[in-house]
Amino acid sequence: MPTTITGINDFVIKFANVNGSGSASANLLFAKSIMRMGVPVATRNIFPSNIQGLPTWYEVRVSAKGYRGRRGGVDLMVPMNPQTWDADIAEIEPGGYVFYDSTRPIPPSKFRPDINIIGMPLTEIVNGAYTDSRQRQLLKNIVYVGALSALLDIDPKAIEQLIGEQFKGKDKLIEPNHRALHMGRDYALKHLRCPLGIRVRHADRVGDKIFIDGNNAAALGAVYGGATFAAWYPITPSSSLAEAFQRHCRRYRVDTASGKNRFAIIQAEDELASIGMVIGAAWNGARAFTATSGPGISLMQEFLGLAYFAEIPAVIFDVQRGGPSTGMPTRTQQADLLSCAFASHGDTKHVMLFPADPKEAFEMAALAFDLADRLQTPIFVMLDLDIGMNESLVPPLTWDDARRMDRGKVMTAEMLEAGKDFGRYLDVDGDGIPYRTLPGTHPKRGAFFTRGTTKDRYARYSEDGTVYVDNMDRLLKKFATAKHLVPAPEWRESAEQAKAGVIYFGSTTPAMEEALDAFTQQGVHLDALRVRGFPFADTVYDFIARHDQVFVVEQNRDAQLRFLIVNEGNVDPSRLVSVLNYDGTPITARFIVDAISKKLVAANVMPFRKKAPAP
Amino acid sequence: MTYIAKPKFHHPKLATNKLGFTHRDYEGAVSTLCAGCGHDSISAAIIEACFELDLAPHRVAKLSGIGCSSKTPTYFLGQSHGFNSVHGRMPAVLTGANLANRDLIYFGVSGDGDSASIGLGQFAHSIRRSVNMVYIVENNGVYGLTKGQFSATADKGSQSRRGVANMDEPIDLATMAILLGAGFVARGFSGDKTQLVPLIKAAIEHKGAAFLDVISPCVAFNNHPGSTKSYEYVREHNEAVNSLDFMVPREPIVADYAPGSVEQVTQHDGSVINLRKLAGEYDLHDRSAAIRYISEGEKAGEVVTGLLYLDPEAVDLHERLGTVDVALNALGDAELVPGAETLARFNRSLR
Repeated sequence: MPTTITGINDFVIKFANVNGSGSASANLLFAKSIMRMGVPVATRNIFPSNIQGLPTWYEVRVSAKGYRGRRGGVDLMVPMNPQTWDADIAEIEPGGYVFYDSTRPIPPSKFRPDINIIGMPLTEIVNGAYTDSRQRQLLKNIVYVGALSALLDIDPKAIEQLIGEQFKGKDKLIEPNHRALHMGRDYALKHLRCPLGIRVRHADRVGDKIFIDGNNAAALGAVYGGATFAAWYPITPSSSLAEAFQRHCRRYRVDTASGKNRFAIIQAEDELASIGMVIGAAWNGARAFTATSGPGISLMQEFLGLAYFAEIPAVIFDVQRGGPSTGMPTRTQQADLLSCAFASHGDTKHVMLFPADPKEAFEMAALAFDLADRLQTPIFVMLDLDIGMNESLVPPLTWDDARRMDRGKVMTAEMLEAGKDFGRYLDVDGDGIPYRTLPGTHPKRGAFFTRGTTKDRYARYSEDGTVYVDNMDRLLKKFATAKHLVPAPEWRESAEQAKAGVIYFGSTTPAMEEALDAFTQQGVHLDALRVRGFPFADTVYDFIARHDQVFVVEQNRDAQLRFLIVNEGNVDPSRLVSVLNYDGTPITARFIVDAISKKLVAANVMPFRKKAPAP
Repeated sequence: MTYIAKPKFHHPKLATNKLGFTHRDYEGAVSTLCAGCGHDSISAAIIEACFELDLAPHRVAKLSGIGCSSKTPTYFLGQSHGFNSVHGRMPAVLTGANLANRDLIYFGVSGDGDSASIGLGQFAHSIRRSVNMVYIVENNGVYGLTKGQFSATADKGSQSRRGVANMDEPIDLATMAILLGAGFVARGFSGDKTQLVPLIKAAIEHKGAAFLDVISPCVAFNNHPGSTKSYEYVREHNEAVNSLDFMVPREPIVADYAPGSVEQVTQHDGSVINLRKLAGEYDLHDRSAAIRYISEGEKAGEVVTGLLYLDPEAVDLHERLGTVDVALNALGDAELVPGAETLARFNRSLR
């Protein structure tokens, strides 16, 4: 008899499916039903670059504490895909469970002795109930959700309610889905031992939180940020951001009187055209953005240099995926930091924002448009597949109605008429940011020529070295101004004084929060700093100075954040120890705790005090 | 040098247009192109067209790519904003600019390298999107700034200054523009201002993508015997299908042509083009016939010029996208930001 994992509101279940089999909506239904019981979940889609046929997985972490990172390991596996059977079985934790379709007998050698095996003839059941093959396939998913509701003690009313909401307007579909749900549930209650050692219990841990993916939230942030123009080229994992923007615009940006659109969206012929259109629109005073991923960033390089040097606002959402080249198009990484920070030839530096979750994706998306106008330069919002394409449970989005767009330094017709000196690249107040004029402003004043070649403070072409240096140095001054405008880092002090610190950013955040809790429980004290923008605030360097050993945790091979920290702040590289996860799966708390624990020992430093053992 | 401003004084009796501007108000900086460059004649024709149409210079935006042709926006309309972007990418920048503010007039100035080689894709897509613009290619068949390499519009067999013949098929941008659905396609010759100025005026008044392929000889690298883009060759082989007078709506239409030889076309905005037919049966509203005619002319070694295709009812990108009548760049918080209450409703839908 295997041991049995037990746990209430704290376990991981993973569904292994075939892409295109209609499993996604059933799995989402499963996850949402747990949330409706007041229990937090964290879900992740692990999907192939394929429309139909290849393996796909959906992982649901049920966590009373509300941990949103991947935990690692699986307590209950639902292997619905024979292709991946062996790997799926291998992933189950000792004492865990497998719930499988037992219609066709599977030899005992295909299981493990240390797991609990629960078979149910799903195919047989649906084949007996339905004749249409598509219906059989789709409703089989609902049948297993019904069975799981019995095994995990999930409230069937929550599922029924969700089915009702999902098929609102297509009411015909509600009844068959309800029937399939109960078909599965009733079978399980009758033939299987319910509930399992792992189960769900009603709680009050969700509150007013919302369940949303980062691309959707960022797209809404662009609407709230006043974007009127988007140009994009389809690329995983960013396409859903542009598509969500279109959806939000149709809902919130149509002039009710005329039925006309207060937005324009172009699906361009490639990423070069996308960024070119964005630059053209922003040059002409519209708030404009593109959404792309690493390969798109590579294609946009020349234009990004133009926008930097000619000082044109632009917002780029980079939903990062596994690189280099086509890389792992449907896996996550934080591997575009360097290609964005220094995009284009020559000396360039770009501003980046690092949202940690969908809520921050919304906030930083809106902020990016203010920053782009204020700084007159491209702003990169660095999302990744993990944030962008997975729904996450986050506090509700908020907006201050008193907030107004910051359009930055734009010289108006009145200012020009009043005789104000206009030099397009003239720094009048010491922050490195000049005034710009929009085309068509004034009949006689304020026109200038925008170019990627060197120019003087009045935008006149020049090949004079001193004029060039003057301009390049002003751009550095502007970059220093940006340091104070990007979101400040979040400094998290440990309960007791710590000699070691950890720096992290973006989608590593949920796993890091959990890892820090785990360290605290072990009596290991680590201060933590979450970086939220580039250029780095001075706080980042204060943090490093205040700790003997600093870990930099990131999801790429080459320690790109560490590279930026070392080089921008002239930090001794030996002070920064890398913790790197780059296999394309989201980083886990287990991985972080394990890696840091080993390095703390390896470095032979004791930056923590063990709590006195209990008497 | 391009930053040398021209002296501002002018003859007191210089003619003014309806806005009170003289020719000088439409000029730009002193050209740095070679003496005799066809491109300078095109700049002069643009100045003339804008002056005659009484355009307010600051309501025009001039965009270009990279190359000799793309430098020219500095040399006309000094009171207009200009944007010298990156090689082959003017169409994208112009498309974005146009969508941000539908109220300006957009000139896209490009060359044959810029539009037929590195920028062929962007040329094609901006045309098929029907961006409201005047897209002028100053076509000389060579790369001037890098000293005389062939471009993709060089005719097969045409010889370089060093006597090397081009072996590749040429790309005919005018034919491509017709194929891609441009509402207005014309070909002119920088050496024939009488033909060129009305073409530019009609293009400005056209709604949608107006494409002008202007053969513009390069005096430095492509004006020798054996070249098919030299002044001499184009003059000898210029086969105009029509000649036109262009009238804006406010002008009285005075027709004194022989009956049957003139076609009057009214464009979307009410402007009228009087077309004098020169080539018997040429029908500028028939897309495939136009393409056939150009192709046959080319086979015979002729350079077919004039207004080659016109759809007076063309619909532009703004109309296709259903954008509001006011420029998008003029919208403020009230029109753009849905507010806290809407956001609260949005939150509720995600629980």
